[in-house]
Amino acid sequence: MLAKRIVPCLDVRHGKVVKGVNFEGVKDVGDPVACAAEYNRQGADEIVFYDIVASHEGRGTFLDVVRETAKQVFVPLTVGGGIATVEDMRQTLRAGADKISINSSAVKNPSLISEGAEIFGSQCIVVGIDAKRDGKGGYTVYANGGRIDMHVDLLKWVEEVERRGAGEICLNSIDTDGVRGGFDLEMLKAVCARVRIPVIASGGAGKLADFATVFQETDATAALAASLFHFGELTIPQVKADCRGKGIPMR
Amino acid sequence: MIAVIDYGAGNLFSVCNALEYLNIAHVVTKDAREIDEADAVILPGVGAFPAAMESLKATGLIDVIRENAKKKPLLGICLGMQMLFERSDEMGACEGLGLIPGEVHRIPSEKVIIPHMGWNELVIQQECPLLKEIEIPLYTYFVHSYQAFCDDRNIVAYCDYDGKVPALVTDGGFVFGAQYHPEKSGEKGLQMLRNFERMAK
Repeated sequence: MLAKRIVPCLDVRHGKVVKGVNFEGVKDVGDPVACAAEYNRQGADEIVFYDIVASHEGRGTFLDVVRETAKQVFVPLTVGGGIATVEDMRQTLRAGADKISINSSAVKNPSLISEGAEIFGSQCIVVGIDAKRDGKGGYTVYANGGRIDMHVDLLKWVEEVERRGAGEICLNSIDTDGVRGGFDLEMLKAVCARVRIPVIASGGAGKLADFATVFQETDATAALAASLFHFGELTIPQVKADCRGKGIPMR
Repeated sequence: MIAVIDYGAGNLFSVCNALEYLNIAHVVTKDAREIDEADAVILPGVGAFPAAMESLKATGLIDVIRENAKKKPLLGICLGMQMLFERSDEMGACEGLGLIPGEVHRIPSEKVIIPHMGWNELVIQQECPLLKEIEIPLYTYFVHSYQAFCDDRNIVAYCDYDGKVPALVTDGGFVFGAQYHPEKSGEKGLQMLRNFERMAK
């Protein structure tokens, strides 16, 4: 049986992990390669790197981080942030990413999804989506890290994302992100009902039980969290043990 | 020395990263002599079957691989595993290497998500030197839309994805194929590559 995945996400700025990571045994808390290696050791099923600056000048440094990580971490590596062209995708995959995640660039230029899927295969194209309740019972898609309302209906957008050949959706709820009150189950249910591709839940994890809940209540195939793991409040083995104890298949 | 066949496969880089990390001596090659001199051979592979077979044919190595498979360990990974079989119908009929009897077709279930992507548990049916010193439960990382259909005696381990999906196969001799990616399957995947190196000695 296919296991549900627990995915830690590392935000990287100028080659360093933003805010740092609080791990025992990791001396340089800002070193993304050391942090990724530690997550690998803890049993992360996949690791996400996100380039939060995504400037043209900083690209080389960021890809060096990806390259170094791929030499030491042997679970799938997803890389996002600032990927706007097929050439960006190619460079990122060549650096050792297994999957590339596109978000704002896909909303602004949806053909990027289809082009990427045709050239590199659907399995390596993840579309990240930031969405928020529109106050009228629906959800709307935002770009630029949740700052710009694109006036695109979420459920129409996920259908287009699937039709264009994305291999996965990483759904981040702006309403629950940072609140730590649990994943946005309602939004996840609505999206999972519309598409057949895997959906990764993101935004809102605040306590141990939130992970098991998202797998019990929705069809999400993976759950992503950042600060919760970074600051050592929860470890990946704890989360997996809790899920396993509740009958959820885990690696 | 392990020869990793160089025909433009997408996962060549990650397979080599893993071998490098494990200090396993290897050479990336399309040279027949280097393959003849190697102790074992790895055939990587990602993408579509016909295009990969075309690229492999273009290297002129088909017969070299077939000959070497009679006398030293050969490990096909992902599409490289599928290419060990007789034929595939991905994008029209296409001949494979024919080292293991069987065919490759699309995963037949209508109920599950295709591609089969993620960590799935192996159900082990036979002892295999590749699985030595690896504890169960054993989950490995899969990414594929097509699967092998072959005799049960060729299946070392399978996983359940609304049906039996051959995960680790063998011809009963030197030929092995992993549908999953050992190079992306964490510590247990790395152990399989260490085991493969031991078989080469």
